Amino acid sequence: MARRPKVQPTLERGLVTPEGVVLHLKLASAGARASAFMIDGLILIGCIVALTLLAVLAFWLLSASYPGIIAVIWLLFFFALRNFYFTWFESGSRAATWGKRAMKLRVVARDGGRLTGSAVVARNLMREVEVFLPLTFLGFGAAQGFVSRWLMILGFAWTAIFLFFPLFNRDRLRAGDLIAGTWVVENARRDIGTDLIADQAARPAAISFSAEELAVYGQFELQRLEAVLRRDDPTTIASVADAIRGKIDRWDNINDRVFLDAYYVALRGELERKLLFGKRKRDKFDTIA
Amino acid sequence: MIDAAPAPLFAARHFRAEREADWHELERLLDIVEKKSPRRLSSDELLALPRLYRATLSALSIARETSLDAAMIAYLEGLSTRAYFILYGCREPWTKQVAGFFRHGWPAAVRSLLPEILVATILFFAAALAAYHLVRAEPAWYGAIIPDAFAAGRDMEASTAFLRDSLYGAPKQSGLEIFATALFTHNAQISILAFALGFAFAVPTVLLLAQNGAMLGAMFAVYVPHGLGWGLLGWLSIHGTTEISAIILASAAGMHIGRAVAFPGRQRRLEAAAQAGRKAALVMIGVVLMLMVAGMLEGFARQLIRADEARFAVAGTMLLIWVSYFTLVGRRHHG
Repeated sequence: MARRPKVQPTLERGLVTPEGVVLHLKLASAGARASAFMIDGLILIGCIVALTLLAVLAFWLLSASYPGIIAVIWLLFFFALRNFYFTWFESGSRAATWGKRAMKLRVVARDGGRLTGSAVVARNLMREVEVFLPLTFLGFGAAQGFVSRWLMILGFAWTAIFLFFPLFNRDRLRAGDLIAGTWVVENARRDIGTDLIADQAARPAAISFSAEELAVYGQFELQRLEAVLRRDDPTTIASVADAIRGKIDRWDNINDRVFLDAYYVALRGELERKLLFGKRKRDKFDTIA
Repeated sequence: MIDAAPAPLFAARHFRAEREADWHELERLLDIVEKKSPRRLSSDELLALPRLYRATLSALSIARETSLDAAMIAYLEGLSTRAYFILYGCREPWTKQVAGFFRHGWPAAVRSLLPEILVATILFFAAALAAYHLVRAEPAWYGAIIPDAFAAGRDMEASTAFLRDSLYGAPKQSGLEIFATALFTHNAQISILAFALGFAFAVPTVLLLAQNGAMLGAMFAVYVPHGLGWGLLGWLSIHGTTEISAIILASAAGMHIGRAVAFPGRQRRLEAAAQAGRKAALVMIGVVLMLMVAGMLEGFARQLIRADEARFAVAGTMLLIWVSYFTLVGRRHHG
């Protein structure tokens, strides 16, 4: 049997919209997932502590008249919080719990379709074996003494398979994601950035460059230069300007930033013009154009 | 006559200047949908949303082919993705989802689990039968099957009077509502666990189910020799027809997932798992509701109704309701 070509382990996945455009989704890293869960865990613990304090206070105030009702509310609330906190928030239009929102993540259906309520329920009920079962073996069992040490170690090793499941597959799927057909993607909002060439268009170009001088770089270098200009760090600007001046042997007596801006505008104009003719010069080694 | 227009200078700059307002408008509408609610959109905005989405998506396609502004392309991609998930990921309103769940979603999901339900039922009662005979033959087994805390004195040495009192006696503690709630949360937690353990090829689910069945059988082995078999049946079945059905459904849901993961059939394993998981999750929402009903029956009805006949009547009615609901409701619905 032919071996499958080795897939580069990246976290980027393509999603083809019904309009036929490929959108690149970036899967959340295991670290981001863990941090999001930590935040949610802290929120849950905070809620339970607050609820318990409230219950104690209420019990102290009106235990004589309604002894049972406080316990009932506490029990139901605890149950709902433990089982449906995640489900509730992931059913919303942002499909993310507070932790996921903080880490700029969201849950989406793996096939790109709608995220159904049953999928959200499925992925979150699985937390019972992913989180609470390992905890049972670790904490509660030891505290209540109903498990021996060996049972605890073996039990934890078994449940650790579920706990660390996302680390064992390329798509960072939890057991719950696998069951529900979902995955978690980054949902960071990106800034459009200033229009680097619009600023320049108003002013006449400080200096002009010849075709040969613009032929030394390609798209990759242009976009590196774009990043440098956007970051606007003086030492980086100086060293990049030096490198480009050396490469094209132009030592005009002007400010580094002005030089780089002018070169960027000229290079981008040149490359985009070629792009319109279907020639994409990917990097400086590309000889296509 | 054509005007002598300036040379058509196509550049990303014009491209961006022409469309940027649309993108910002789309971003604003998406913010409203995400942070507030889709209801806050005016009808004009609602109509504009898909148009702006398509315009942005087409701008992204053009930008990828003609522009080298990496920041702008990344922005467009991010914006298109956000809009895509809001437009294509939108769900029916809650009320419709809930109505759909009760009208066809839940009973249809239960019906599609029929093979697993049969297996789980047989397993449960086989375990009960085995435990019954085991304990009748060798009473020492009782302690191994039923934990002491659960037995609460109802063991092989218990007197007939004590056992009779445990079935028909007045409730000792007054906090019925706490008792009912605690029963519900405990049982629901166990059945969620049984469901989730289905992922491990259903083996732990089967063990959990068999253990519950065995406990039932062992209890009967205590009461039957004292001639209280029917009494126990009534005492158990008033909530048991609901609760045991729920436990069997939860285990069947777990087994369904285990089966899909182990034997995906013609589908790819991940797809089979996803399909099974969503179906099983529907069943599980129902199971939690059933256990809520069972908790109330167990906490209130069982303590308040003390005649065998009345208990059997409630039990039979509940069973009839569940069976006819699962077999009859939502058959006409397609899609």
